Amino acid sequence: MTQKNRIGGGLIDQNRSVQFNFDGRLFEGYEGDTLASALLANDVKLVGRSFKYHRPRGIFSAGSEEPSALVTLREGAYSEPNARATVTEIYDGLSARSQNKFGSLNFDLMAINDLLSPLLTAGFYYKTFMWPAVFWEKVYEPIIRQAAGLGKLSGAEDPDRYNKGFLYCDLLVIGTGPSGLMAALTAARAGLRVIVADEDFRMGGRLNAERYEVGEMPAADWAAATLAEFMSMDNVRVMSRTTIFGAYDHGIYGALERVSDHVAEGSGDVRQIAWRIYTKRAILAAGSTERSIAFGNNDRPGVMMAGSVRAYVNRWGVAPGKRVAIFTNNDDGWQTAYDLQGQGVEVSAIVDSREQTTLLPPKGVRVVLGGRIVDTKGRLGLKKIILSDGQDVAADCLAVSGGWSPNVHLTCHQRGIPVWDDKIVGFVPGATLPMGMAVAGAANGVMTLNACLQSGLDAGNSVVEALGRTVSKSKTPKAQDEVSAASAFWYVNESKGRAWLDLQNDITAKDVKLSYQEGFRSVEHLKRYTTIGMATDQGKTSNILGLAVMAEISGKSIAETGTTIFRPPYTPVSIAALAGRSRGKDFRPARLTPSHNWAAEQGAVFVNTGAWRRAQWFPKEGETHWRQSVNREVLATRASVGICDVSTLGKIDIQGKDATDFINRVYANAFAKLAIGKTRYGLMLREDGLVMDDGTTARLSEHHYLMTTTTANAVSVFRHLEFCHQCLWPNLDVQLISATEQFAQIAVAGPNSRKLLEKIIDPEYDISNDAFAFMACGDITVCGGIKSRLFRISFSGELAYEIAVPTRYGDSLMRVLMDAGDEFDVTPYGTEALGVMRIEKGHAAGNELNGQTTALNLGLGKIVSRKKDCIGNILSLREEMVRNDGLRLVGFKPVDPAMSLNAGSHFIGVGAEAKTSNDQGWMSSVTYSPNLETSIGLGFIKSGDQRMGEKVRAVDLVNNKSVEVEITSPHFFDPEGGRLRV
Amino acid sequence: MRYSVLSLLKEAFNGNKGWKPAWRDPEPQAEYDVIIVGGGGHGLATAYYLAREFGINRVAVLEKGWIGSGNVGRNTTIIRSNYLLDGNQPFYEQSLKLWEGLEQDFNYNAMVSQRGIINLYHSDPQRDAFVRRANSMRLSGADAEILNQNTIREMCPFLDFDNARFPIQGGLIQRRGGTVRHDAVAWGYARGADQRGVDILQNCEVTDFIIENGVCSGVETNRGSIRANKVGVAVAGSSGRVMAQAGMRLPIETHVLQAFVSEGLKPVLPGVITFGAGHFYVSQSDKGGLVFGGDIDGYNSYAQRGNLPVVEDVCESGMAIMPMIGRSKLLRMWGGVMDMSMDGSPIIDKTPIDGLYLNAGWCYGGFKATPASGWCFAHLLAKDEPHKTATKYRLDRFKRGAMVDERGAGAQPNLH
Amino acid sequence: MIINHPLLGPRDATEFSYLGDASLMHRPEWQSDDAENQFYEYQYLRDNKAGIHRELWYHEQGDRSWLVVTRNTLTHEISSVELASDVARREGRSR
Repeated sequence: MTQKNRIGGGLIDQNRSVQFNFDGRLFEGYEGDTLASALLANDVKLVGRSFKYHRPRGIFSAGSEEPSALVTLREGAYSEPNARATVTEIYDGLSARSQNKFGSLNFDLMAINDLLSPLLTAGFYYKTFMWPAVFWEKVYEPIIRQAAGLGKLSGAEDPDRYNKGFLYCDLLVIGTGPSGLMAALTAARAGLRVIVADEDFRMGGRLNAERYEVGEMPAADWAAATLAEFMSMDNVRVMSRTTIFGAYDHGIYGALERVSDHVAEGSGDVRQIAWRIYTKRAILAAGSTERSIAFGNNDRPGVMMAGSVRAYVNRWGVAPGKRVAIFTNNDDGWQTAYDLQGQGVEVSAIVDSREQTTLLPPKGVRVVLGGRIVDTKGRLGLKKIILSDGQDVAADCLAVSGGWSPNVHLTCHQRGIPVWDDKIVGFVPGATLPMGMAVAGAANGVMTLNACLQSGLDAGNSVVEALGRTVSKSKTPKAQDEVSAASAFWYVNESKGRAWLDLQNDITAKDVKLSYQEGFRSVEHLKRYTTIGMATDQGKTSNILGLAVMAEISGKSIAETGTTIFRPPYTPVSIAALAGRSRGKDFRPARLTPSHNWAAEQGAVFVNTGAWRRAQWFPKEGETHWRQSVNREVLATRASVGICDVSTLGKIDIQGKDATDFINRVYANAFAKLAIGKTRYGLMLREDGLVMDDGTTARLSEHHYLMTTTTANAVSVFRHLEFCHQCLWPNLDVQLISATEQFAQIAVAGPNSRKLLEKIIDPEYDISNDAFAFMACGDITVCGGIKSRLFRISFSGELAYEIAVPTRYGDSLMRVLMDAGDEFDVTPYGTEALGVMRIEKGHAAGNELNGQTTALNLGLGKIVSRKKDCIGNILSLREEMVRNDGLRLVGFKPVDPAMSLNAGSHFIGVGAEAKTSNDQGWMSSVTYSPNLETSIGLGFIKSGDQRMGEKVRAVDLVNNKSVEVEITSPHFFDPEGGRLRV
Repeated sequence: MRYSVLSLLKEAFNGNKGWKPAWRDPEPQAEYDVIIVGGGGHGLATAYYLAREFGINRVAVLEKGWIGSGNVGRNTTIIRSNYLLDGNQPFYEQSLKLWEGLEQDFNYNAMVSQRGIINLYHSDPQRDAFVRRANSMRLSGADAEILNQNTIREMCPFLDFDNARFPIQGGLIQRRGGTVRHDAVAWGYARGADQRGVDILQNCEVTDFIIENGVCSGVETNRGSIRANKVGVAVAGSSGRVMAQAGMRLPIETHVLQAFVSEGLKPVLPGVITFGAGHFYVSQSDKGGLVFGGDIDGYNSYAQRGNLPVVEDVCESGMAIMPMIGRSKLLRMWGGVMDMSMDGSPIIDKTPIDGLYLNAGWCYGGFKATPASGWCFAHLLAKDEPHKTATKYRLDRFKRGAMVDERGAGAQPNLH
Repeated sequence: MIINHPLLGPRDATEFSYLGDASLMHRPEWQSDDAENQFYEYQYLRDNKAGIHRELWYHEQGDRSWLVVTRNTLTHEISSVELASDVARREGRSR
């Protein structure tokens, strides 16, 4: 194992060897290496295949903009597709695999696409695969989909854990190059709470990649010293491996911290943290990204960005080639030659597109001014370059510099539009920035070192001043401004070979030309038609070239051509990180009833009702089907007594001098004259006249009511009442508070319910039928002084009560009732039995109160008062809502009592065809009634109230079922309600 | 020129030099029979069907930016007709049928891919509601099946069946549902309309309506005034703003909806899948990206961008049903503006101003409606009466109390 | 987004739920001659402004205040936050 291209030096620890595996081969690198630098050190050039033509791809950059070197990391469920080798830290045992190949990386069978490229132009698929129509899903698309995508998901659940977190600061500094560090330094020294974030694991930005001096020491050392100072300050939080991926409203930033991606899986730490950072100010100091030049076959492995070549040499001590040529349109490209030569790497030529320069050529290096590279050779890796004059130059690495583009991305996240700057030949941030954001350094078009330091200092001091602190007098450390003349040269027109703009999606200059030719000329059409800029780098390496080619063809400037804007995220963010812990069983919190533990002890089966988990039924030994348990619970309740935890119902405590008036306005039925100590059914409408909710409200004293709501609407009804109070009638003297979680409420139902309660209620309270009649309510005590409330209300249709105690007594109350009820064979029942009994009684519930029904639909039209101002009564009178032939809630019984019914069936006339025009309504709730010994249903049917006894079909096409049913009253059981009042 | 395998081959040998612009770039004429304001999917489809079905080709489509720049260019590409109410179901079924023949009709491959849509359910009441809906679909002639948990497990073994907060009980599948390459819909309609004589005018912004004595006779634009017998507005997202120029207030609020796409992955999802205990819908594009979305942000906005809470909510829901996607990466998110109507259903109707017609209120489900919306709006513009599948989409339905409210959420647009 | 609650200071918008245009506070008089039409316009029609928008937010996961927030729908910038009950009283909604 030798690292052929390791030249030494740099910021890695050559004493710490790291073993890793790529495509099954074992390699060695050093601590501080990225996968890319280590592969280059081992002379691995070919690392992947492109998306469309499966062209060989190598390492193109040294940063997060990498479009080509995408690999799959790790194994099995830990596999991560599309990881960029250039930002992947190696660790002992890391395994990485190349992607998007059929066969081997060297001989990719799909590379045949490349031969078909004249056919597979931009947008070719819009023009074919249309005949015959059925072939798309059966033939064409499966083939296209087989070829789609880059990496592969394992298909297994992501085994890692992820956290979310919230941070607050005065100033967030994004990027730790010279301007970012300087801005943070001055702000930190002024006492601001500062967060400094950088995506890299070694902070310092280009200071780590160049051979600069800052403050009379190597730039990387100055960066390290500055960071060390931050680490010693309580008011600074330093976050490496942290990408600020999005700028959101009001100074909130999204950040992804990669906590343990650089160590072996199973480390015990969370993998990543998605932070929301709340800032007063932010300084974007994200630097700039080098861009390429388009020329024939400029996509071969070995063709790299010049600044990245420099980074590999200077930071990682790796020579990306034995013999490196340079192609540049600006001064900065030359620096690469100096640095390479300084490290003893052969530079075979500098090809500068400009006709002249004052720069001094490095010794012994061939310089071609006004030069053009028209082609390259080397099937799986660069061997030589061909110049426009036909000469060739041997090179296994070509360092290309097309100039630097400011990293304006986050300035666009609130739809700011970058503006073209001729001086730096690139887009700089536009005038409209996200609230509180300033931009410093190269991100703002400041392209030289000393100016960047100054820009950072100024930006930092502006924040210090704006936040009312004293600006320190300290100056920037000593540094030079390097030469940086840039020129606009984008594309070698005389190239015969295809000139690649987007290396991942395989977009060529010809594709842009075709796009123009076919009328897709706006930048957005160009992007969509060719897919340029839609690769995983989101156009960081390709957009500007596409725009330049489009500008050239259309005879406009790039400024006139315009630009697409960047959207979040800055770099891709794993979906699991954004989900954090909210997955699996913890996706959403579960609300448990006060008697939950007791029910669990009984072996109850639980069901989700919204956020609640409720006992659905209580199976007994020997019961093999849920229906047996439910029938038993229903029959036992109707025969003797059953108990059920109904604490999930919403409870709203309403007090105040105007409480009566208030309740009378929010309910549609009359409530002005409810007697103290009585409870009444209440029907609540939305302002649009449809039913919002129903429940009971008890008048506990002159100015004190307790309202109940359905479980599902507890939150929305309370919100609505607060709206009515605060926004509509602010001067009503009324106070509302939600008491849902303060009380445990247990229904005690059945002929023996009074006898059971009398055993636990303290003797001074008389609950005989005379003293405590149907719909009575009042404060009582139970079990020797426990305050509670008793309501004689019934959902089951039996003599029944609901008893409420403070929540902490709920569990005991259930146990006490069970013990006391032993002599009556008291039976706990769950939501299923509750549902059976309410259908037997014809009470509407969630399936009927679905937001689409009116009081009239529900058969409750008569109780809506027309004599008062209440929410919803005006709009409930609209013409289409009061039609005589509208839907009415009625009961349904199968003509053959042995037949079962299905909810969701539609009603069709007997003998009529099952089609929409014959649709008369639908079945909302069904059950088997153990009392009636037949299935019964509730449903809505046109003019149902006038059609008693009529027969229709309940048609359930999706379950191949059609049952003849008879329209009946919805009150199947004890329609006179005699059982309630005994 | 006609697109075909032959034309592709011919051009391949010809260096692709012969391809012509997909549509012309004409100068505005002084007058048209019909002006369509809005060069999105619905506007372009309307122009196409006006010319193709109703023989009206003195038509201009006015687009303030570039065609397809609105929601047809930014959506999660789902097509389906799994609706409940009889005001909606036949309309969306008509749309689905039009999708099925669309590519051959306008000679453009929009990659209509009917790989199915599954709506998962997680509770008994939800199952009941789905059965009701599935039966509505079947009654109107659409396909629908209710699948049990085992069948879903076979089709989608990667869903979380064993550790879920809201276990999957089953699903409603519409096998004819699927996805379409959204941009291509705009381009295909544009090209088809252009070939039939329609003028597509890009960078032509309407600044006012010409209304005299209650009659609309054209529009003012940044490229001059253009007269027309009839003006149809199809600018979903901006309907409130545009119709305010005609002095109208609408039963619509503008809200932002975000959508998301992951990096390209080898195929893992069979079709469209939606979550029933959270808001999440996902499919996988032919390029390999997971395309997904969830709730609107929930507040009025024209800003075309959203915020983090919804991003996180959507990813949480995604992880809750398919935890294998955790290690894929979110590549891009964007926000579009939606016409959120007061009952969640659209408006295709005349306005109180003669000669001015409105197509609006698509909430965030307008993409799948594109063909039927264009067809029905063209029908209305051509014949001055609603098409039979769009009779419930009247502007006065709120006044009459004839809302078409699939969700039962009432007059609060952000709940639809 | 962050809403600067007049009583509680800056709070993340996720603590609130949103209702819509603050005109929903202007509930018509039920006994007026064209009450049905007034209620229809009140309930269904919106200015839907692109720009400064007065709107109702409810501090559901907080103190249960309804707030009138003035926010620019083009930029999301919030220029004022008031208690809805104060606004309602100021506008003369006495009872």
